[in-house]
Amino acid sequence: MLVIPCPHCGPRCEIEFSYGGQAHITRPEDPAAIDDETWADYVFMRDNTKGVFLERWVHAHGCRQWFNVARHTVTYEILASYETGAKPPKLDFETQV
Amino acid sequence: MIEKYLRQSPLAHLGLGGQTGDDAAPARVHLAERPFFGFVNLRGPGADPAFLDAFKAASGYALPAEAGTSGGGGNTTALWLGPREWAIVDTRGDPDAGPRIAEHLRTALADHQVAVTDISESRACIQISGAKARATLQKGCPLDLHPRAFRPGQCAQTRLAKTTVLIHLTGGGPAPEEPAFDVYTVRSFAEYTWLWLEDAAREYGVTARLS
Repeated sequence: MLVIPCPHCGPRCEIEFSYGGQAHITRPEDPAAIDDETWADYVFMRDNTKGVFLERWVHAHGCRQWFNVARHTVTYEILASYETGAKPPKLDFETQV
Repeated sequence: MIEKYLRQSPLAHLGLGGQTGDDAAPARVHLAERPFFGFVNLRGPGADPAFLDAFKAASGYALPAEAGTSGGGGNTTALWLGPREWAIVDTRGDPDAGPRIAEHLRTALADHQVAVTDISESRACIQISGAKARATLQKGCPLDLHPRAFRPGQCAQTRLAKTTVLIHLTGGGPAPEEPAFDVYTVRSFAEYTWLWLEDAAREYGVTARLS
């Protein structure tokens, strides 16, 4: 089981959380102006990173806040967690893989 | 609202008031339902000093700002639920506590961006105390409840036997060195949670009664 550091509550067990997929995906500002391919890319296409991945989690059984986590998808090591809206901390993505 | 004489607490059907209990036996876990408590959900701008001051003026104590802490004064206690969310509880057993707290806060905080919701009837509160109360909870709860990690006055929303609960360490039980927890669960899970706790505590010896 993962121990996930909630930015508000501190380290808690994985069963208190729900997963929210890749973080930092921005909705196109003017959906009407873009073509289908760009829209489909926004809706469906996600990275399948081997290495450090920035992803969203929600502390569903705790403070019910969404936040972001930097997790290594091979080692499952959690390198950082930060509030939604904040910029990801500087991580050495290359050497972590 | 339902006629007062028909109103029942979530575990009334278990007939806890009708059990003799056997406190003379070496029971190391004591379970009790806390019926008819007030439980008001308060959401507001936790970083706004004007809002925090208005709450303090209305209640006589400050809202807990630190995660997992509580604060109280008079008849109510405020439990931290999230960075912008608190529970204001009154566990004295007054059936009108919920609406009264909600009305008081709504009036006092009218100038601020808040949501005050009385959800007393949606919750059940089980008090678990005794020397083995921690060990009993720990069987189904991933949170570290060791005295070093979870001190009197602390509270946390977590999971217990697969349900979502709010656990509040209120202080000493019948013997002062023994812990007493208030476990708030959703009303529809009240019987399940109670039976799970009773079963988990059986090996330590358990008494069950109405608070």
